[in-house]
Amino acid sequence: MSEAHAGAHAHHAPTGFIRKYIFSLDHKVIGIQYILLALVAVLVGMVMSVLMRMNLSWPGTSWPILGTLFPGGAPGGHMGPEFYLSLVTMHGTIMVFFVLTTAPQGGFGNYFLPIQIGAEDMAFPVLNMMSFWVTFVGFVVILAAIFFSGSTATVGPIGGWTGYAPLSAIGKIAGPGQGLGMDLWIISIAIFCVGSLLGALNFITTLLNMRTKGMTLMRMPLTCWAWFTTAVLALLSFPVLLGGGILLLLDRMAGTSFFIPGGLYVSGVLSGNSPDFPLHTGGSPILWQHLFWFFGHPEVYIAILPGMGATSHILSTFARKPVFGYRAMVFAIFAIGLLGFFVWGHHMFISGMSPYSAIAFSVLTLSIGVPSAVKTFNWIGTLWGGRIRFTTPMLFAIGFASLFVAGGISGLILGQSSLDLAMHDTYIVPGHFHLVMGVASIFGMFAATYFWFPKMFGRMMSEKLGKFHFWITFVGVYAIFIPMHVMGIQGMPRRYSEFTEYRFLDSLRPLVIFVTIAAIITVIVQLVFYFNFVWSLFRGQKVTSDNPWEATTLEWVTSTPPPHDNFGGHLPTVYRGPYEFAVPGAPKDYMMQTEPHDAEVPAGLGEGTGNGHNGHQH
Amino acid sequence: MGRVLAVIIWLITLATVILFACKKWWLPAPISNHAAAYDRQFMITMVVVGISFALAQIGFGWVVWKYRDTGDQSRATFSHGSNRLEVLWTVITAVIFITLGVMGQRVWAELRINNAPPGSYSIEVVAQQFQWNFRYAGKDNVFGRTDPTLIDDSALNFVGLDETDPNSKDDAVVSTVAIPVNRPVELILRSKDVIHSFWVPPLRFKQDLVPGMAIRVHFTANRVGKYELACAELCGQLHYKMKSYMLVLPEDEFVALTAMPQAKFQEKITELLAKYELPPN
Repeated sequence: MSEAHAGAHAHHAPTGFIRKYIFSLDHKVIGIQYILLALVAVLVGMVMSVLMRMNLSWPGTSWPILGTLFPGGAPGGHMGPEFYLSLVTMHGTIMVFFVLTTAPQGGFGNYFLPIQIGAEDMAFPVLNMMSFWVTFVGFVVILAAIFFSGSTATVGPIGGWTGYAPLSAIGKIAGPGQGLGMDLWIISIAIFCVGSLLGALNFITTLLNMRTKGMTLMRMPLTCWAWFTTAVLALLSFPVLLGGGILLLLDRMAGTSFFIPGGLYVSGVLSGNSPDFPLHTGGSPILWQHLFWFFGHPEVYIAILPGMGATSHILSTFARKPVFGYRAMVFAIFAIGLLGFFVWGHHMFISGMSPYSAIAFSVLTLSIGVPSAVKTFNWIGTLWGGRIRFTTPMLFAIGFASLFVAGGISGLILGQSSLDLAMHDTYIVPGHFHLVMGVASIFGMFAATYFWFPKMFGRMMSEKLGKFHFWITFVGVYAIFIPMHVMGIQGMPRRYSEFTEYRFLDSLRPLVIFVTIAAIITVIVQLVFYFNFVWSLFRGQKVTSDNPWEATTLEWVTSTPPPHDNFGGHLPTVYRGPYEFAVPGAPKDYMMQTEPHDAEVPAGLGEGTGNGHNGHQH
Repeated sequence: MGRVLAVIIWLITLATVILFACKKWWLPAPISNHAAAYDRQFMITMVVVGISFALAQIGFGWVVWKYRDTGDQSRATFSHGSNRLEVLWTVITAVIFITLGVMGQRVWAELRINNAPPGSYSIEVVAQQFQWNFRYAGKDNVFGRTDPTLIDDSALNFVGLDETDPNSKDDAVVSTVAIPVNRPVELILRSKDVIHSFWVPPLRFKQDLVPGMAIRVHFTANRVGKYELACAELCGQLHYKMKSYMLVLPEDEFVALTAMPQAKFQEKITELLAKYELPPN
């Protein structure tokens, strides 16, 4: 390790194709690899969501292409309930792990954290390479789970992305989708945990040890604070999931009983009376939920914190105004990260756990709304009095803020143990978390892509296509997920492959169809983004400046795209905070972090509020 | 561009508020004693949520309209924030959100912290993949012994009832649950295989059934009728049709039902199922 470490810091760019683009040690290449992985994974996840919507809206319809692709899972093109449920499981798993955890952190974090703090690379380049390739193997295994489910009747495991035991723990006896596919699903997640841990260690070490001269903590861009906090969350939460996953695998394969209680009677067989169903005793199904959600709730913030960072960064840049309340924003990120570890029980109010702990979890959950609200107020404060330039990244950043509020605010309902009595596991839950951890996070990543694309590839993305993409997607995601809230209020349960059995759901049918149509349109429009991405790589307008957005942070100081060692052998020195826009008396309306102080004008101007600029003075 | 964005944000906000406020799709008419307190807390929360949502979106629309770059050479306001404002909005939101959270424990405490009131009628619920079983103690009011090793679905002994126990003689196991109106009911929730969840929307009540546990919950239904009972926890392939009904019966009808001998019980329930109708949707 130490040799490789030293080698990477010798700054010789590798020459061979494989070392340069495949097994690269360069954090920028690894970042792009993560982004490409997420772009593939999100396509798979989106196609699955459209298939689900089609089945919910028009159950029993025959889709010939499905019959061709999955002769076992959808015979004659007819989607069975097990096919639908495996779509639910795979959609959730792929989106949460391989999209929302990879692109924001492994992708953009990898690429821009070292540059924004003025480092030549990550602290452990080999570890960094391994973290990507381990994650990639995890993705291959999850795809394998779709096709090797161990039963011809499904396309993958059936357990939801939460894989509640004992359904997930007792194997084939529990029905279709509980065989080899489920093993592969657990193995994939375990592999993913390892990859994320390697990445998290790297992020934390890099940020703490490798900041350039003058880059004090309180002069870091908010993106770096978000990536750092995310890495800490990952470091503390993924091992718990890894442990849980290993125990679950042992229950399935080694006959242990961590999550399986005694006396189970499944599919006509008593535990212990069949080789397919060995004797189990003494396990706790609720233990799995605790382990899963101890990871699962911080995971929500792992997905969204980088988007918050990117949004704060981009809002300030295009409002041409310093971030409002930089210090409060840093504290809010910390508070969200910290509280995020004490609220996992709100997923389990009705699980049968102690009703007393539900009260503690509930009140803590509501208090997490406070730092979230602080962030929202500060975003409005940042825009207030600005000179807003409506570029595509800015539109998506504003979209992020709007969606974050819309999705997050229903947490006030779901976080109350009393109200959860009716709301739990209804459609208000997918409505809530899709808006906030799903599409808000993705909007953060769209904003990041449009914003940093010119730095990464030296060409601009098409603004025209980007804006078209924004308008339809912004309206589209609201049209998809807001109606789900009222479906849930009426009582529509999640994870039903069709709503044909219950009369109290009949009147919701127009909404179900409406959501499906909105989803299909929105998904199709995402192809415009893919086209824009690929087209701009080759045909996009070449950048004429290293700083096309007139931004202030270090990635805009270096050349485009940045050289192998990021700054061409001369690490920059930082003299000021990250968002010095509209400084009175300055020649331009923005001051780079590298501009020394004598470039500034009369001392004392603009000081005194103490929220972050000149952070070294505090 | 800023004005277009503002208008779109406001239109989305308006459409959202109308969708919720029109109540075309809403909580079903309540049938339980705790539903009134539930609905009150729900409405208070919805009002707070609605106002916060609308104010934030109106705010976003306002700033993007007002502070768009109009092309003149003026600069943005130079400000790094205001500690006074930070403290102010932190305290205000903390007070509102945490108050809401504390208020939100009332119904919970009544149902989950307090034990079932004396005089509650106990029914055992035993869920299994895609089927509900309900056990009544019969005239003696004592549940007979059960044992998982005695479970035999093919012989219709779904709950593993020990026929040798005298207390089992009058136990009845049926596939529909009937409960008395205006009398507290205690459910003892069990599962034979995987996790299920007992969900009757108009009851405003849901609880998981966890294998290996006997979870005791209670509520009082106050409106006679027939209601759909759904499973709300993913339990396998046919989760979407793990359906049953809950009958809320007048006291006399309920007493007559539970006095039925074992063999007649299900027959009588089937008769009652046909008699009552689902609430209008």
